[in-house]
Amino acid sequence: MANQEEITTRVKSLVVDHLGVDEKEVVPTASFIDDLGADSLDIVELVMAFEEEFGVEIPDDAAEKITTVQDAVSYISEHQEG
Amino acid sequence: MRRVVVTGLGLVTPVGADVETAWKNIVAGRSGAEIIKRFDATDFHTNYACEVKAPDHEFGFDPSKRVDHKIQRQVDPFIVYGIDAAGQAIEDAGLLDMDEETRFRAGCSIGSGIGGLPGIESESLVLAAKGPKRVSPHFVHGRLINLISGQVSIKYGLMGPNHAVVTACSTGAHSIGDAARMIAMDDADIMLAGGAESAICPIGIAGFGQARALSTGFRDDPTKGSRPYDKDRDGFVMGEGAGVVVLEEYEHAKKRGAKIYAEVIGYGLSGDAYHVTAPHPEGAGAFRSMQMAVRKSGLALEDIDYINAHGTSTPLGDELELGAVRKLFGDAMGGLAMSSTKSAIGHLLGGAGAVEAIFCILAMRDSIVPPTLNLDNPSDNCAGVNLVPHVAQERKVKAILNNSFGFGGTNASLVMKAI
Repeated sequence: MANQEEITTRVKSLVVDHLGVDEKEVVPTASFIDDLGADSLDIVELVMAFEEEFGVEIPDDAAEKITTVQDAVSYISEHQEG
Repeated sequence: MRRVVVTGLGLVTPVGADVETAWKNIVAGRSGAEIIKRFDATDFHTNYACEVKAPDHEFGFDPSKRVDHKIQRQVDPFIVYGIDAAGQAIEDAGLLDMDEETRFRAGCSIGSGIGGLPGIESESLVLAAKGPKRVSPHFVHGRLINLISGQVSIKYGLMGPNHAVVTACSTGAHSIGDAARMIAMDDADIMLAGGAESAICPIGIAGFGQARALSTGFRDDPTKGSRPYDKDRDGFVMGEGAGVVVLEEYEHAKKRGAKIYAEVIGYGLSGDAYHVTAPHPEGAGAFRSMQMAVRKSGLALEDIDYINAHGTSTPLGDELELGAVRKLFGDAMGGLAMSSTKSAIGHLLGGAGAVEAIFCILAMRDSIVPPTLNLDNPSDNCAGVNLVPHVAQERKVKAILNNSFGFGGTNASLVMKAI
């Protein structure tokens, strides 16, 4: 099971790849929409990528609450299997 | 009627991803055909095509030049090629800094024959393997044909007509013709017009292979596969890429001191009303399309110096087109050069007409007509016609005719002249 630090690194790399942003911008407090230029469909795609990468299931109502990088890291670390 | 001129060019082709590189290679007689690299096509009908080359190739394409990383991930390659070619054309025309008033009167007509076939294929496999929740949320708008026009309008703020032609292999020519009419009819002052295609994927090769349309007999040397008018031709070689021109109302272009490449003076369209894939046995649709374009241009047949033929290298199509040209031009054939640049870049399907229109414009600019490669043994019907075999020919080109014919029996012809 991945620790918080490892999860953060992998989340960052997915965000950089999907949103085409600089890694330096992907800080824990960064909002996907307000700071990283995502639209609602980009977030759907990101959430799918998190699910694939970490083997977690993120239902729609939970996905709506994931608005920042830290939200994603927290949700994944709390719901990882194993 | 308002006059329409060409003031910008953009190309992404298998022999170069900018206008000058592609043209240099076309004139030099270089071929873009190779064994397919994108997937293993060994067990397919054919294993060669004219792919757009990777960025590290001497005439490769770097998508990151003009297309954001995020958009590259979301859309099919035909849209990436289209955005890049449109960007080249806008830059070439010196129109990067249009004010809002100008942009209200600037539009897009960039189409495609098939659209996002690779993405439709790959996402269908995701659906089958992993279910609907794994299909990309960008699936639909990353594959739609009008999304080149959509993306380009957003990127450059173009608020005029937003249009996309879908007429198979006539798309590029129809796009330019229709857009020219929009300017002539005062719907816009500037139009980005052209076509793009990228269907070199397993389902694309299998589909055209099953339709018995592809060249299959040149696995040992793919550069010999596209051989329009040659006795040994056995089908077309699939190409990919994009061509986009900036069309502009003549006075508008003159007023801002734009470089003017050519004037679009004739546009002809017709339907074969005969068969979905086979051309009319007497080339009747092709004949009427060319006849209309020449009539509208006001030129005499003798004034046309060069024809860029549809000439796909299929056994039936090439000779029927040649027959229709002979019937129309009669005695005026003697002074004419006619070649097929598909011999070098393959068949770009929805992109073909626009890419070839640009080659015609460059032929006028540089007074040189590009060659028909691999024309080792011309068909018997070719006697007495200058098909520019193997090597480019220097000659004055003041007016051109460009033909495109597509599945469904759809025909388009353009006549342009130098100014």
